[in-house]
Amino acid sequence: MPKPKPKQKRVVSKRHQQQERRRFLRSAAMTAGVVTVSLLGYIPVVKGWVNRLRPPGALNEERFLASCIKCGQCVQVCPVNAIKLMDLESGFGNGTPYIDARAQACDFSCDGLQCVLACPTGTLTHDLNFPADTRMGIARLANPNKCLAMQGEGFKGQARGADYTGLLRYDEVDRWNPIRVSEHPYDLELCDLCVRQCPIEIRITQCAEVEPVEGKIERVAQKQGNECPPIHAIALEEVDGVMTPVIKEGCVGCGVCEMICPPEPAAIVIDVHPDREERRA
Amino acid sequence: MSGMKDSLAELFGRAPRRPHSDEISAEAHKLHASQKNDPDRIAAIHAELAHAALHKMPQKWRRRRWAVLIAVNLLFVVSYWLDIQLLEGALTGSRFVGFHMADLNSALQVTLAFKHMVLNLVIGTVTVFIMWWLLGGRTFCSWVCPYHLVAEWAEMIHLWLVKKKLVKDHPLDRKARNWSWMIFAVLAIVTGYTVFETISPTGIISRALIYGPGLALVWVFLLLLFEIFYSRRAWCRYLCPIGLTYGLVGATSPFRVRYNLESCFHEGECRKVCEVPHVLDLVIKGRATDLNVSLGADCTRCGRCVETCPTDSLNFKFKGLGDLL
Repeated sequence: MPKPKPKQKRVVSKRHQQQERRRFLRSAAMTAGVVTVSLLGYIPVVKGWVNRLRPPGALNEERFLASCIKCGQCVQVCPVNAIKLMDLESGFGNGTPYIDARAQACDFSCDGLQCVLACPTGTLTHDLNFPADTRMGIARLANPNKCLAMQGEGFKGQARGADYTGLLRYDEVDRWNPIRVSEHPYDLELCDLCVRQCPIEIRITQCAEVEPVEGKIERVAQKQGNECPPIHAIALEEVDGVMTPVIKEGCVGCGVCEMICPPEPAAIVIDVHPDREERRA
Repeated sequence: MSGMKDSLAELFGRAPRRPHSDEISAEAHKLHASQKNDPDRIAAIHAELAHAALHKMPQKWRRRRWAVLIAVNLLFVVSYWLDIQLLEGALTGSRFVGFHMADLNSALQVTLAFKHMVLNLVIGTVTVFIMWWLLGGRTFCSWVCPYHLVAEWAEMIHLWLVKKKLVKDHPLDRKARNWSWMIFAVLAIVTGYTVFETISPTGIISRALIYGPGLALVWVFLLLLFEIFYSRRAWCRYLCPIGLTYGLVGATSPFRVRYNLESCFHEGECRKVCEVPHVLDLVIKGRATDLNVSLGADCTRCGRCVETCPTDSLNFKFKGLGDLL
């Protein structure tokens, strides 16, 4: 057992003392510098630059940023590669997932909310079971004068041009694999792409059509009965004598309408909701 | 256990102390006293040195370690790009064949900021805790952390510049790491943001490898410049809270580098290559308290000293499993 040590006063030269002090100051300055750099990450958050469309099930923005471990597992499981990670210019948002709907929206073609299942920290909450339960944002007709339907126009061709790389799942083409939007040209008398491609509306139509057929395997989710969205998300309705896309309560903010809208800039866009949890509730 | 107390104190930045003579075992005492003038021993060591000069592969462990480090990080990349789902995610949080893993410091930051821990994160944290306790704690730093590898390359440049007398190393206070650990822990609690994760070079490089490079690499580059031109291995030695977290995890680990006093010639080659040379102060003449002593918790088990020691006095040791090579 070590005995209590006799306190030895070390003889320290003045020069040594000075060196020690300099070293301490340098170390303190270095630590302060690193902490300051890290705190600069606050600016983009305060300024709201970080507020973007988040993947399904995302907690409110503040809780989202607190809990995300920045691993990108949600990125890896998404079949349409809708999820991207933010970079350093988003400060505390660095490494957190977002969706650029115009480039590639979430069309729920994974069916099972794979990103939610992959999230290890509950940042994408497990409290929701079906696409219709999400509330990522809400669509808004931002540029009515661009809307083809409102001008009474149809649409023929590739919705976003030949070079557009975005993917969507077209059940009638391939139930399991999303294809390029550019490989699926349309020919419409009156443009209704935002309604036609809305995943919630597609689901409602499917639910209405499906009668249990003997010998046919039902989808797992279908068996549970409640995956059929209870409320509509969008509809083309006559408003003041003009056919207009009207956004309904059931809109989840997935962004497919913004993605598919042919004009530039899009007539319809997604507004981000930082208080998504309240909207879900 | 004064050994554990010293090991932790040194992890927290205290300078290694000279042991009191009553802490030194009788055998070690004898050896300390006789070492100076035992012609047989000196002759034996000289013979060994001559042998070592011919047969030693001085980069043996470094090569193995780099291979492991690159393989682990590539596994993340390949797993995603080839979609084989072997190791999903990034170093901060991942799934190995479906089983959750979480970097301990990232998990800590998230828990402090969020004030809540979901079950998956608990599973991932406990798994990784047990894994790194078994493997030595800071073993993570030198065998897995991608920043460690680029910092080693930067260190080579730094040492070359020092040799050319173009730059000077500025050793700093190792206690700075305690401050940075504390400050970032407090910031996570108070602000509710995982502040450290924003600038963690480990997370940044890991994500850059897997999801593609970005602006955040500029920060990593600046850190490396600081290390090249101002202070050798500054981030790993004086700043990184991840290192302190893993150091604490490995404080009682069975996996260590063990020093053998009998064969040591006190040349100090080991201390020149060590990233955390204070753990090797016990190889200084008169410091070892016993014939075999394990290095402290701050040791990253990188093996640089093991491969560099001309007399094989430093070796990996897994308690209960005998010598590892």
